[in-house]
Amino acid sequence: MSALRILVPVKRVIDYAVKPRVNKAQTGVETAGVKHSMNPFDELSVEESVRIREKKSAPVEDICVISAGPPKAQDVLRTAMAMGADRGVHVEVKDGEELEPLAVAKMLRAAVDKEKSNLVILGKQSIDDDAAQTGQMLAGLLGWAQATQASAVKFEGDTVLVTKEVDGGAETVKAKLPMVITTDLRLNEPRYASLPNIMKAKKKPLVKMSLSDLGVANERRLKVVKVTEPAPRQGGGKVEDVDGLISKLKELGAI
Amino acid sequence: MATLGFWGVSPAAVGRMETLGKLPVEDMNELHLDLSVPLTVGTSLLDSIANRASAAPASTTITMSSIARALRPALRRSQTVMTRASAPSPRCQRICRPFNAPQQARCLSATPRRFSDMTEIPPTPISHLSETEAAMQEAVSKFANDVILPKVRDMDEAESMDPALVEQLFEQGLMGVEIPEEYGGAGMNFTAAIVGIEELARVDPSVSVMVDVHNTLVNTAILKWGSTDLKKRFLPALATNTVGSFCLSEPVSGSDAFALATKATKTADGYKISGSKMWITNSMEANFFIVFANLDPSKGYKGITAFIVEKDAKGFSIAKKEKKLGIKASSTCVLNFDDVEIPKDNLLGKEGEGYKYAIGLLNEGRIGIAAQMTGLALGAWENAVKYVWNDRKQFGQLVGEFQGMQHQIAQSYVEISAARALLYNAARKKEAGQDFVRDAAMAKLYSSQVAQRVSGLAIEWMGGMGFVREGLAEKYWRDSKIGAIYEGTSNIQLNTIAKLLQKEYTV
Repeated sequence: MSALRILVPVKRVIDYAVKPRVNKAQTGVETAGVKHSMNPFDELSVEESVRIREKKSAPVEDICVISAGPPKAQDVLRTAMAMGADRGVHVEVKDGEELEPLAVAKMLRAAVDKEKSNLVILGKQSIDDDAAQTGQMLAGLLGWAQATQASAVKFEGDTVLVTKEVDGGAETVKAKLPMVITTDLRLNEPRYASLPNIMKAKKKPLVKMSLSDLGVANERRLKVVKVTEPAPRQGGGKVEDVDGLISKLKELGAI
Repeated sequence: MATLGFWGVSPAAVGRMETLGKLPVEDMNELHLDLSVPLTVGTSLLDSIANRASAAPASTTITMSSIARALRPALRRSQTVMTRASAPSPRCQRICRPFNAPQQARCLSATPRRFSDMTEIPPTPISHLSETEAAMQEAVSKFANDVILPKVRDMDEAESMDPALVEQLFEQGLMGVEIPEEYGGAGMNFTAAIVGIEELARVDPSVSVMVDVHNTLVNTAILKWGSTDLKKRFLPALATNTVGSFCLSEPVSGSDAFALATKATKTADGYKISGSKMWITNSMEANFFIVFANLDPSKGYKGITAFIVEKDAKGFSIAKKEKKLGIKASSTCVLNFDDVEIPKDNLLGKEGEGYKYAIGLLNEGRIGIAAQMTGLALGAWENAVKYVWNDRKQFGQLVGEFQGMQHQIAQSYVEISAARALLYNAARKKEAGQDFVRDAAMAKLYSSQVAQRVSGLAIEWMGGMGFVREGLAEKYWRDSKIGAIYEGTSNIQLNTIAKLLQKEYTV
């Protein structure tokens, strides 16, 4: 098999530990002054790519991370490089300008062509809009095999075995490169970027480009009508025993 | 507690030094400020003090005009006020020096001077971090919360540091922050180390002090005064697997550090050290000890010399592990040196210069302790406000919503912010190569006071939940107490600050 050229898309999102708040205009969530970090699923993708190289599961020629976002998106690219990626590509998008999953997929297709990637490993979803569409759309646009929600990735010759957790067990699919893999929670435990590696990451190449450099426009097909907080949860009641439960259900007309 | 007590030196100590060293040194602050002069120019201490005194008015006149441009508006205002009040007397120029005017003394700083002229550098908020420092903050905060936090309570109860954690600290590169990459360290700057120490203390002040002593005292000593040979021998280990310890304090010498009684004698192929050390931080975990001993007591403090002792040296032993009020997971022991023989290559720097190294290191070290204390205060504050603003309800509302609580919470945050401003200003001044002695003392003094006050209040805000050993509130408070004791007690810091001020305002 030919050496792997892995493309790892990463996204800068509101940190998972921060409670998002809806903005006053109800058009989205408040992002100013809020802590951001790498989408947790993308950390898994970076970690898996680095592990493929470290474990010599398959020969890896290049691990390139790519992110589309405001200038601050470079922080997550640096983090990914500190974790072990070789280089970064920053596609600059103005602050506040959102890309829809299809636009991201089209951008990534162009990046795959440009970087001559033969494997794309990306998070199954980003935790900000939770669309969970980009990986599948990208595979469709490229006409490549796809394996989603990976909980294990194994190389056997020129085929790749990807396991996904499904209801009641595990499902393993087999595919040949080139392919797209999306990552799920239990795939691995991402490492912490060590201080010497943070310093080394500063010296790794980071290329800046725009959407038009990749021949993509930010076409919007969706319109956000309104964003609201979920209604506060109504507190439930406690019953003493089974009889209590039955009488409560009867009282409510459920049985 | 490498340095319980250090350096400010009591008047009695000064008296002894004068007698022993036959040097009419006015006080230790004077000595310390002028150390850079004899080092570079080679004049005697006495001469340098005299030179300094006579040169001062002239040099400050120059500074006054050239610096004025760079002053921030607020400071410019204060300067105007001061100048106006004292305008009639030309002599007063010296007294009325703006308080942030860069002073020229180098103060034995371990980092090379970064800017020779800072007038063109636009002022930035003191809270601004460089890209590296911000990355450091994020990485350490994540590591501390994910890896250290689950162990904090157990390590405190067991009064010991988890060896697996020490190993992970090395893996993360936290034990070699300023060690250059060529020796296996991270090659970061001083403030990055400060940021790391602060982030660790938010979660566990015990882990923080271990990292602090190892980085700011031990690594810095080798980086600054170690020969190339010593650096090659020890820095790679200090960056990757060997904890270091700094042994200055003794049963007889705490604040009066230079009264130390440990003796060193020359042998045919090296030195022999005998005596004992007390209050030595990291000593259970450490394999590498920087030991201060007097090679020639007839010279007084000028006989004090720094040596490197490895744990397996014959005659070296840990006599007793102290049981403490706070920072229990950090080890503090009594060490015995029973005719410990070391090779002559284990001399650190030059014979008789140990006192200079100790002063220089501890001046910087105080900034590290200040960082530990601001981190502690922040950790205690956050721990409490999360509880009172989210969980605890009384009289039908969150307790953090009562005005009496809100005002205390706000007041505490203001104090933490003020302490952090002092801390980062001291760190930046050190990096810029300016005199930072008073700034370091102020930062250390105030942050330890704030840490104790805020962590004490935090317990009260949380009520019973703050008092039990289930959470961390009570631990922060116990841990805060050491801040007023080690690396110069609060009284010693006040002495230092007052002496430096008095010198500036004496006509």
